[in-house]
Amino acid sequence: MSRYLVPIGFFLLVIVLGIGLTLDPREVPSPFIGKPAPEFTLPTLNMPDQTISPSDMKGQVWMLNVWATWCVSCRAEHEVLVKLSRSNHIPIVGLNYKDESEKAKQWLQQLGNPYVVNAVDADGRVGIDWGVYGTPETFVIDKKGIIRHKQTGPVHAQVLQETILPLIQKLQGEQG
Amino acid sequence: MKKFSLFQHALRLCILVTMTGFMNLAQAKIETVEFATPQMEEDYHVLVAELRCLVCQNQNLADSNAELAQDLRHQVYEMLNKGSSREEVVDFMVTRYGDFVLYRPPMKLTTVLLWFGPLLFFIIALTIVITYVRKQKQKDAVEVTQQQQQRAHSLLDE
Repeated sequence: MSRYLVPIGFFLLVIVLGIGLTLDPREVPSPFIGKPAPEFTLPTLNMPDQTISPSDMKGQVWMLNVWATWCVSCRAEHEVLVKLSRSNHIPIVGLNYKDESEKAKQWLQQLGNPYVVNAVDADGRVGIDWGVYGTPETFVIDKKGIIRHKQTGPVHAQVLQETILPLIQKLQGEQG
Repeated sequence: MKKFSLFQHALRLCILVTMTGFMNLAQAKIETVEFATPQMEEDYHVLVAELRCLVCQNQNLADSNAELAQDLRHQVYEMLNKGSSREEVVDFMVTRYGDFVLYRPPMKLTTVLLWFGPLLFFIIALTIVITYVRKQKQKDAVEVTQQQQQRAHSLLDE
């Protein structure tokens, strides 16, 4: 029995370390899931004299996407968002995080605009309130204004199909 | 001769690279923060040392140069300046970033393994070593038959 101990131990160690390798250390469990979306009032990108707040979106399932023109993986994600917005599944509100508004406008003109509206978070304070630590980040918020899902890192087609779209469908079926 | 000049070139390049490195260092911005009270200063230093930077996860806020770390340091400073206590600042961070932001996470069901894992592994390792050593001892103990013992006695008696 004891001569199997070493190979068994080794095998267990390989399994444990193997599981460790498949996990993403950047994926920190968000304390926001199931909690109300933090409130903010920010100027919009296109009309700085108008403001947008999460409470404006109450009664519908919506997405908050944190992005910036300096964020490389946001560019990769952008195409997916544009496609999603064309399918009219869900309104996407952008949070333009620590960015320059002129650059942001240019970006949207060149690459397409998936957002119903963009909030300008120039100094990143709202980002801190939402626990943003790596752009892009995407939150799915239900009709009552509760955060139900957070995606850290780009929303790619697979995550969209397997996680986000089914969730949206489920949430849209819920009572507001 | 040719070789030598190549070496000189390499040396020159080395010096240049080192110099530029130092120049960058000299240009690095030094953050100056002023505090109203020594207590506030102490709180600040404790907090930035114990809060984790979420961008470069193996650094604390004090060590990290990531932009988010700068913002969060500023946030800590501002809160302390407005009279928040250490606990209030920690609460602020935990509600936004979770326990992960703490380098000393609280004891919870989800963090039990984190706290006692090392002890557990130590105990496992210790048991293995002890059983191994005991077995070796047993192996080393030579079994002597009665015949051999008699022979040994007779040899000694001679």
